[in-house]
Amino acid sequence: MGILQFTYLLHGLLWTAFLTAIGFAGGIAGGVIIALMRVSASPWLRIPAICWIGLFQGTPLLMQLFVAYFGLPLLGFNLPAWGAVAVALTANASAFLGEIWRGAIQAVPPGQSEAARALGLHARSRMIDVIMPQAFKLSLPATVGFLVQLLKGTSLAAIVGFIELTRAGTIVSNQIYKPLLVFGVVGAMYFALCWPLSLWGRRIERRMAAGLTK
Amino acid sequence: MLTRTASRNDGTAQRPAGGLMIEMRQVEKYYGTFHALKSIDLTVAKGEKIVLCGPSGSGKSTLIRCINHLEAIESGEIVVAGHRLSDSQKAVDAVRREVGMVFQQFNLFPHKTVLENCILAPMRVRKLSRADAEATAHKYLERVRIGNQAQKYPAQLSGGQQQRVAIARALCMEPKAMLFDEPTSALDPEMVKEVLDTMISLAHDGMTMICVTHEMGFARQVADRVIFMAEGRIVEENDPETFFRSPKHERTRAFLGEILTH
Repeated sequence: MGILQFTYLLHGLLWTAFLTAIGFAGGIAGGVIIALMRVSASPWLRIPAICWIGLFQGTPLLMQLFVAYFGLPLLGFNLPAWGAVAVALTANASAFLGEIWRGAIQAVPPGQSEAARALGLHARSRMIDVIMPQAFKLSLPATVGFLVQLLKGTSLAAIVGFIELTRAGTIVSNQIYKPLLVFGVVGAMYFALCWPLSLWGRRIERRMAAGLTK
Repeated sequence: MLTRTASRNDGTAQRPAGGLMIEMRQVEKYYGTFHALKSIDLTVAKGEKIVLCGPSGSGKSTLIRCINHLEAIESGEIVVAGHRLSDSQKAVDAVRREVGMVFQQFNLFPHKTVLENCILAPMRVRKLSRADAEATAHKYLERVRIGNQAQKYPAQLSGGQQQRVAIARALCMEPKAMLFDEPTSALDPEMVKEVLDTMISLAHDGMTMICVTHEMGFARQVADRVIFMAEGRIVEENDPETFFRSPKHERTRAFLGEILTH
């Protein structure tokens, strides 16, 4: 494998990181909304959130990518490949993060919300000042865990012809006929991204278990 | 502190007009099919200190939680400092503005420092500036003798200190009445006294207080009335002296026997 091929893989790696960042950023924005809708007292907010979560957790990401890539143009949305992939990843991530944060919000002891209500704080302040900062801390290990899943999930974008790391690996492998070497390098690159994230997630989890949640 | 008039058991309690802080009339509360409060009538005068006791599940916590609408009632009427409680947010806000509450489990916000715990509600609800809120907070933290811990997080304090912060946090809203829901039940024995001392000093300053507690020494020392509840009803109420010396009801005698003889 020459420098040219290696650079090509690095280019794919960059796209993988980019897709992950987009999916994660979109997932955070969407996930907060989904989580808040999901814990709302109003069924008009809660039920759509339940459906959204069910839909995107209950179908394969691959299928969601197909729908975004082939389906959205049929509806008149002409997106570039990366745009379609970003839409699918964002929707998928918002469902998973929404559910993770829903769990975290509900894991904050009810006494916290009670104390806030007794002090006269309104729903908005209770959420923003009291519940969400604690829920965020509780959800960090699961959130980081999901980030790793999302990063690996971007490899599915290869199926719609998007040249991210996995697709770049396939192309290089077809050029130089050394699949073991090429995919070994591709694997090492994924590992180099995911491993530190996993370690970080584990560290947060250990710290939380020790009760040092400041 | 206004003087107490005749206890409810002896007939109608007549108190001076405008002297009432909390009134509950014919209050009924259900949890599903469980009848938690049964036709509760209770009036508390300004400055009066009430100790509420009774076996677990008797409805005493539920009763005080209805006063600041942490629990909604099915029927009856609750008036706090002239504000009639209803399910409307405005009515609930008005009542919560006047009433502070202290919980068994402290319920301090663990992600905020002691000072931040104390300034949050004054800034958000009373719209005080940060400087004013901090000045108020320091005043009440001094008051509960914990002024030097303002920058610590709750987890760095002992249980007794945490509960005193919780009292200060409630006082920072400058309430007209305070509700205490078993404030010493989660504390180690050696920390009970510091919290009770804080409550006693608050009582001496004329705060209207309703305390759910089994600290009978505290009841003797500060209570104007002791109320005994069982199975969702007010069974008996009297001044502490009479209450402890000659309880009228068999249920009360049995309960006092349980908690006073160890």
